[in-house]
Amino acid sequence: MKGKLGLNWDLVAKARECAKNVAEDTQKFIDIHSTVAVERTVCRLMGIDDTNEVGVPLANIVVQHMEGHKLLPVGAALTLGAAMISENLTPQQIAGKISEGTLDLSKIAIEDVEKAKRAAHSVAEQTVAKIAENRKTREAYLKRHGDKAGPLIYLIVATGNIYEDVTQAVAAVKQGADVIAVIRTTGQSLLDYVPYGETTEGFGGTYATQANFKLMRAALDKAGDEVGRYVRLCNYCSGLCMPEIAAMGAMERLDVMLNDALYGVLFRDINMKRTFIDQNFSRMINAYAGVIINTGEDNYLTTADAVEQAHTVLASQFLNEQFALKAGLLEEQMGLGHAFEISPDVENGFLMELAQAQMAREIFPKAPLKYMPPTKFMTGDIFMGNVQNALFNAVTIMTGQRIHLLGMLTEAIHTPFMSDRALSVENAKYIFNTMADISGEIEFKEGGIIQSRAKEVLEKAYELLREIEKRKIFDSIEGGIFADIKRKPDGGKGLSGVFLKGDGYYNPFTELMGKGGVSYE
Amino acid sequence: MSNNELDKTFDLSRLRPYGDTMNDGKVQLSFTLPVKNDEKGAEAATALAKKMGLKDPLVAAQKTLDDEFSFYIIYGALIHTVDYNEIQVAAVEGDVMGMTEVSDYIKQNIRRKVVVIGASTGTDAHTVGIDAIMNMKGFAGHYGLERYEMIEAHNLGAQVTNEEFIQKAQELKADILLVSQTVTQKDVHIQNLTELVELLEAEGLRDKVILVCGGPRITHELAKELGYDAGFGSGKYAEDVASFAVQEMVNRKLV
Ligand code: B12
Repeated sequence: MKGKLGLNWDLVAKARECAKNVAEDTQKFIDIHSTVAVERTVCRLMGIDDTNEVGVPLANIVVQHMEGHKLLPVGAALTLGAAMISENLTPQQIAGKISEGTLDLSKIAIEDVEKAKRAAHSVAEQTVAKIAENRKTREAYLKRHGDKAGPLIYLIVATGNIYEDVTQAVAAVKQGADVIAVIRTTGQSLLDYVPYGETTEGFGGTYATQANFKLMRAALDKAGDEVGRYVRLCNYCSGLCMPEIAAMGAMERLDVMLNDALYGVLFRDINMKRTFIDQNFSRMINAYAGVIINTGEDNYLTTADAVEQAHTVLASQFLNEQFALKAGLLEEQMGLGHAFEISPDVENGFLMELAQAQMAREIFPKAPLKYMPPTKFMTGDIFMGNVQNALFNAVTIMTGQRIHLLGMLTEAIHTPFMSDRALSVENAKYIFNTMADISGEIEFKEGGIIQSRAKEVLEKAYELLREIEKRKIFDSIEGGIFADIKRKPDGGKGLSGVFLKGDGYYNPFTELMGKGGVSYE
Repeated sequence: MSNNELDKTFDLSRLRPYGDTMNDGKVQLSFTLPVKNDEKGAEAATALAKKMGLKDPLVAAQKTLDDEFSFYIIYGALIHTVDYNEIQVAAVEGDVMGMTEVSDYIKQNIRRKVVVIGASTGTDAHTVGIDAIMNMKGFAGHYGLERYEMIEAHNLGAQVTNEEFIQKAQELKADILLVSQTVTQKDVHIQNLTELVELLEAEGLRDKVILVCGGPRITHELAKELGYDAGFGSGKYAEDVASFAVQEMVNRKLV
């Protein structure tokens, strides 16, 4: 492949190989474990919804009940399957009875394992069919309205109130949004359950609930029909309920999901074992649902320096690619993340940003790269902020980034106002239009600043990946390899929810969705 | 002031904004109205600007944000003035010392190591602010408290509950408690900061420690109001808070 950077493709291949080895090694650990979140997801996908009278989700009640009676090692599906046969009830009815205290699953012996599996499998198939149906609906929409070439304009809403979010999102669609992300409230990642129903109270974001997903989905479909575009909906499956949120997103036809274990480990102090296992199942669901995942490398540069630590972003993209492949995601579903976070004071900083963005484009040619705007060096000076965002927009159009998160000129002040979004869209549209074909017109000077920068970053990324390969992923994170943040393998939140799969462990969804991005056909 | 004659004398007791001529009062503002973008919308925006004290407001630009939302950029001349001589600023008291001076001060006046704990509390996951104050490497060329010879600094990180924070303070026998708050939407920081003070009072600890908060939206005035000894915002570093806290320990005889 001939690119603009004169990259050393041997080195790229070697870096990929290291990342693959790291992912394979980690996968061995993942494959023999499950978590309470994975099992709750199985419950949800088998149709268990709703909460008890004090708001505890029935999926949590069922899994706690199984945990208490040491039934979890075989997997929630098998026990539920057995109960479906012996009690002649649906999973939802079983959950209701457990919640009322009128059913004790430990009293039900799994007499015929195959029969129990078949029972579980049959309800699992129904949900999976529904998810496949959602995928077809998305494809039909995209066919009807056509999909945009070039960067997708991604805007966030974060009022805390889903109804207000809808108002803001619909206005954003009118202004030009292609993707709407509903930012989650602070603290949701640490909840070991998913809140229920439509919500109006959040801080810095809005609760991710299935009802909120549904509401926003309907609003975007309607607004999208008016403007003749399919508007993609994005949320976050990260934190302690990663796979559950993936499942809800799959059921409500979300299109894009933030989905990155490393982000949770580094920025929310989620236990690494827990979240790597959760991530694998959530990515499997996302793969099957045709969801584009977004990874969180951009965040490293909020705590670490973007010039010195650029190679950690590239190394992490290589890793995320391999973990994603293991879960069945297609390259076209890998929204690998990076960001425009070099200090405005750095001489030729713009050239370095160009090098990094172009490099990501060339190394991951099919990936719908997610490119984050300046955040760390945004200040209360909104006028300067508008200029910073303009340079960021220029990089995207010059290097063909796909999921383009618009920077807000008020980034340092508040979550966006309606007018902030409009001004940002105006900025981006201006640049994308006047520079529409610039990428095809430019080449970079051989051995110049841009090519040399890319070379340096790639070499350092390879060195780092070799080190991670030697130390393995858990030990590397403990050593503070990413974002200048150190985490212990047994520290953080959620480790108690991890367990070893027992003999005969069963999860019908790994089989049904396991081939991921292509299996629905 | 007459209609057209502008009194151009610079007078601090009658301070007003400056565009290109002394006392012209020129300001710019922008806002959104939840109504259609049309002449009536612009008229409503102008009327609001007048109520804010703008003379001859001019809608320089107006845009549609949605069917029922419109955006206005307005210029006008402010009719109000303030007396600059009367302006009071709530400022943290005491001298700001450098890193070595702080250590010397502790050696002379406290004669033991001072224990500081810090955290970003509640559900707040932002650590860069508290790290800037506490971590060895500091921020923008200002070393953090971990580097101070006479300070034993414990940075607990982020998402620390108020209960955990207090428990740690007791365990480590902390003299100085530092709290960082970054997320302020819907006043979540006020609730959280208030809760900490209440818990400390309930435990009978409030008077035994120096309690300081900080973050981009924290002012000293706000901190005092909430029951803190001091508050520090943007552009403040380890030496600012260290200088205040050790002097306050001595003043309050907490040595
Ligand atoms: C970096 C960053 C992040 C990183 C944080 C990484 C980390 N480990 O800290 C990540 C990506 C994880 C993040 C996440 C979120 N963020 Co954020 N983030 C920022 C950003 C870009 C920079 C903040 C920063 O690091 N500033 C640099 C430090 C050095 O400045 P500082 O904190 O003001 O600290 C200085 C002073 O205030 C003072 N100080 C601070 N604390 C203390 C304490 C004491 C005791 C003292 C004496 C002094 C002191 O000293 C420091 C040095 O001078 C800002 C936008 C911006 N440009 O400001 C948004 C911003 C703060 N984030 C915001 C939000 C909403 C979030 C999220 C809630 C989004 C979401 N819904 O998921 C999540 C957080 C979730 C949670 N549970 O908290 C909002 C807050 C809006 C508001 N006013 O409420 C902002 C303003 C962005 C925005 N416009 O929406 N974020």
